[in-house]
Amino acid sequence: MRFMVIVKATKESEKEGALPDSQLLAEMGKFNEELLKAGVVLAMDGLQPSVKGARVKFSGKSRTVIDGPFAETKELIAGFWIWRLNSLDEAIEWVKRCPNPHGGESEIEIRQVFEMEDFAPILSQEEIQKKVNARADLIGQVEK
Amino acid sequence: MSATDQHQAIHQAIDAVWRIESPRLIAALTRITRDVGLAEDLAQEALVAALEQWPQSGVPDKPGAWLMATAKHRALDHFRRNTLLDRKHAELGRHYEALEQTVPDFDTPLDDTIGDDLLRLVFISCHPILSPEARVALTLRLLGGLSTDEIARAFLAPESTVAQRIVRAKRTLSDAHVPFEIPRGAEFTARLASVLQVIYLVFNEGYTATQGDDWLRPALCDDALRLGRILAELVPDEPEVHALAALMEIQASRAHARTDSAGNAILLLDQDRALWDQLLIRRGLAALERVESLHGSNGPYALQAAIASCHARARTAAETNWLRIASLYETLAQVSPSPVVELNRAVAVAMAFGPAAGLERVDALVAEPSLRNYHLLPAVRADLLSKLGRIEEARAELSRAASLTGNTRERDLLLARAAQLK
Repeated sequence: MRFMVIVKATKESEKEGALPDSQLLAEMGKFNEELLKAGVVLAMDGLQPSVKGARVKFSGKSRTVIDGPFAETKELIAGFWIWRLNSLDEAIEWVKRCPNPHGGESEIEIRQVFEMEDFAPILSQEEIQKKVNARADLIGQVEK
Repeated sequence: MSATDQHQAIHQAIDAVWRIESPRLIAALTRITRDVGLAEDLAQEALVAALEQWPQSGVPDKPGAWLMATAKHRALDHFRRNTLLDRKHAELGRHYEALEQTVPDFDTPLDDTIGDDLLRLVFISCHPILSPEARVALTLRLLGGLSTDEIARAFLAPESTVAQRIVRAKRTLSDAHVPFEIPRGAEFTARLASVLQVIYLVFNEGYTATQGDDWLRPALCDDALRLGRILAELVPDEPEVHALAALMEIQASRAHARTDSAGNAILLLDQDRALWDQLLIRRGLAALERVESLHGSNGPYALQAAIASCHARARTAAETNWLRIASLYETLAQVSPSPVVELNRAVAVAMAFGPAAGLERVDALVAEPSLRNYHLLPAVRADLLSKLGRIEEARAELSRAASLTGNTRERDLLLARAAQLK
């Protein structure tokens, strides 16, 4: 199963032009290397402060654009990983090994990603319709 | 939380720690003891100790270090016991020497050697002295963290057979005094080829498993992918390692499009490409770029990955660059010639240059002894014949293909096609 592991933002990480300090960067680098050497990471990235972002609010048919920065810092995201693991416990164990991402008070949230199987009840009917009359072209069967 | 819940929670935590820690634990212990079998026993003893103690004490802050320290104590006990019991015994004498030499080693920082130790463990698990089945079982057990029971279920083999296989493999390595090292020079290339073969074998075992089977079989794809990704980090300069990773990422990207909800196979060109996993495709293409930057585009895995990437890049089946695929198969046929590669090449040629050109190549394979009972040869031939309007011949080939396949569903499909031909 896959997990999105989300590093929450802080006041510091939200400051314009904010960059993590070099020691933390080195520790994070080491942690990431460990993750990579365990074959766990599918994707990862850090996000710029929300001052460089925008929000689009929906209300019925209207769309309102709100430019960053956004006030509620704790709800913002500073970075994320996508991991493939066998259990939530494994994700927790890995996160416990992560250096404190902001030095002081920080939070990392772990969320399970939907897999195709989770949608099976919704997709099956439509899929059956689509595939039943599928052309039985034998070419390409040799290809996996 | 009730006591039972708490008990279960701690067991799940231990299981998670074990999955994370066991490969490097076993790797480090093999370096110390020079015996992979003993190393695994010691790691298991540490696990048992954790299962006994952690429910009371809680999971320690550094569970990996705890397991390592416990296993090292067991190692010291083991050597002491053996040397006291039988000092004269040559085998144990050697253990004692090993102990003397390795005691200071116990305190070296683990971090510096973890990568190398893991790589040594990969090479020893895939050692050519072992049968391919034993290599697969040992690799999944020691590096994949799978239990014997899980391996047995994945390979549809009795647990006792797999257990025996692992025990024998460890004994073989020990009896032959296979050194725990990273091979060098020409041997490195040959041994690496064996490692790649083992990983791809595991992948294909999972990839060919159809729906309805035990879920552990398809999960083998994930295990192989993980091993491939680990290897790419451990030997980053080897193009074929990245090529295998690329090939597996791209093939795995189609996992959800390969069968319908009833479990019937959907052929590549008929698959709904919206169901392909774009993240895995991107990872595969990125790995393929690494291959190119390392000048390894003509390796056998690199060529297969490049062919897979042609399909991954095409937004629709009609956009497939068959000219490039045909030319990649031509190179692959030179680099690693096989009748199946030739058959694939014939299909690509047919798609690029028309059915007549393809048929010419397929006809050249009819006399090939290794394809005599391969149902896809007459099936492909039938398809090309029907496109050329040679319906009677096509029908005969379809019946032949139907009689050769062992899969009922496939046989029905072939016979239905034969009946539809006009």
